[in-house]
Amino acid sequence: MNIFDIMGPVMVGPSSSHTAGAARIGLTARRLLGSQPVKADILLHGSFAATGAGHGTDRAIVAGLLGMRPDDAALPRALRIAEQEGMAVTIRAGQMRDAHPNTALLTLTDGGGRTLSVSASSLGGGRIRVNAIDGMEASFSGEYPTLIIRNEDRPGILSEITRVLYEHNANIATVQLYRDRRGGLAVTVIECDAPLPERPRAELAALDGVVRCTYLDMGED
Amino acid sequence: MSFVSVSALLAAAEREPLWQAVLDDDCRDRGVERSESLERMEALWRAMVRSAKEYDAARRSASGLSGGQGAKMAAAQSIGGPFLRDVIATALMVGEQNACMGRIVAAPTAGASGVMPAVLLPLRERDGLADETMVQCLYVAAGFGQIIAARASISGAEGGCQAEIGAASAMAAAALVHARGGTPQAMAAACAMALQNVMGLVCDPVAGLVEEPCVKRNVMGAVNALACADMALAGVASAIGCDEVIDAAAAVGRLMPASLRETGEGGLAATATARRIAESLGGERPGPAEG
Ligand code: SF4
Repeated sequence: MNIFDIMGPVMVGPSSSHTAGAARIGLTARRLLGSQPVKADILLHGSFAATGAGHGTDRAIVAGLLGMRPDDAALPRALRIAEQEGMAVTIRAGQMRDAHPNTALLTLTDGGGRTLSVSASSLGGGRIRVNAIDGMEASFSGEYPTLIIRNEDRPGILSEITRVLYEHNANIATVQLYRDRRGGLAVTVIECDAPLPERPRAELAALDGVVRCTYLDMGED
Repeated sequence: MSFVSVSALLAAAEREPLWQAVLDDDCRDRGVERSESLERMEALWRAMVRSAKEYDAARRSASGLSGGQGAKMAAAQSIGGPFLRDVIATALMVGEQNACMGRIVAAPTAGASGVMPAVLLPLRERDGLADETMVQCLYVAAGFGQIIAARASISGAEGGCQAEIGAASAMAAAALVHARGGTPQAMAAACAMALQNVMGLVCDPVAGLVEEPCVKRNVMGAVNALACADMALAGVASAIGCDEVIDAAAAVGRLMPASLRETGEGGLAATATARRIAESLGGERPGPAEG
């Protein structure tokens, strides 16, 4: 924890976990989708479902999907704004197995009909963790510029990915690997120390065996 | 982060002002220049000023439990005079601003966001203090807060309200001593006494919402901070050192049953009236909600 985890963040109340963290979950999901969703199905689990309405959790998640940060004064009006902007939102409470008490599952559709599901938890103090993307386990906070690479599970692919990053002088903070079964699809999550330019991202996406390369940078736009 | 104890912070404060030791530690910790850290803290100070200024007396929270009380206090008189009236009113206003989905600065949490502005804004107003001094106060508060977070907790779900309002009050007490030109030792004494005074305070939000008693506890945190800063500046000592007080608060937090740690099941939340309120809010079932 640094001093700005103690002093700050600037946020719309009332709860750092149920409001600020929820907004960050929405914004992270939007960045992962790459554009504003036209349809958003939001499932709230645990305490998010139990006290979410009184803490504006629903509005906060939608605000994030609309591109608002947790300190955006328009956050309380997010449901109305979503309606005006033609975002079809459904919100329901449900149970998720083995999930952190403050967890949401977002199923998003973009203008081109592509869907993406993101499961994320609010950990307190406005900090969050993404738990899964499209049902595949992954674990990252979005506090660092992050690459989420869906790739074939075959020998050597990780070294090809890291070679591209090395050639572009990108310093890796953490690497995690997830897969559903041997030889199937894997998810490689790489957190970098500094924002990653366009070039290496394009090279990664073009690598043989890489199905999709998503880049997440929650820094200023 | 290098300060895991108040004694280490006090040792660093022998070489440079305490607030600056916290600033330099932040620069080392995050690998940033002084200017970058200072800009960020200045922005928080401006946001804190704004959190009181943006108060709208007509605004109500979604539950209907909060709103309008700060304005009542601002228009009234205090037994302690205009300054104390302003402290109480500001704590209520920012606390309500938070409950009503207004913009606040979590310090250290959203539920306790009224404590720091409640003591700093009226003091700046009355004594004409420079913004620079107020930013230094925030570094002092953050420095002590960081140690409380590391040795104990700043989450009501973990340590009860002593971890939220209590931590805010202890941070504010140290900051006030700085604002009045006190020594680092007096800051530590103020922090220790403020935390002693709220030892064991439970977290029991009605209907699980950060509203009742949270808004009013901001007032208690602010007034306690003032009194402890005054005592420390007068040379009143804390018999138990600040690190030991923090460790005791951590131990008390661990002993607290879950029903008194933000689950909305104990304390005020368990009263018949609170249960009726929770029921009338329909879907709102008591449940943990971190301020
Ligand atoms: S939610 Fe709990 S810890 Fe936070 S201010 Fe309210 S009573 Fe205190």
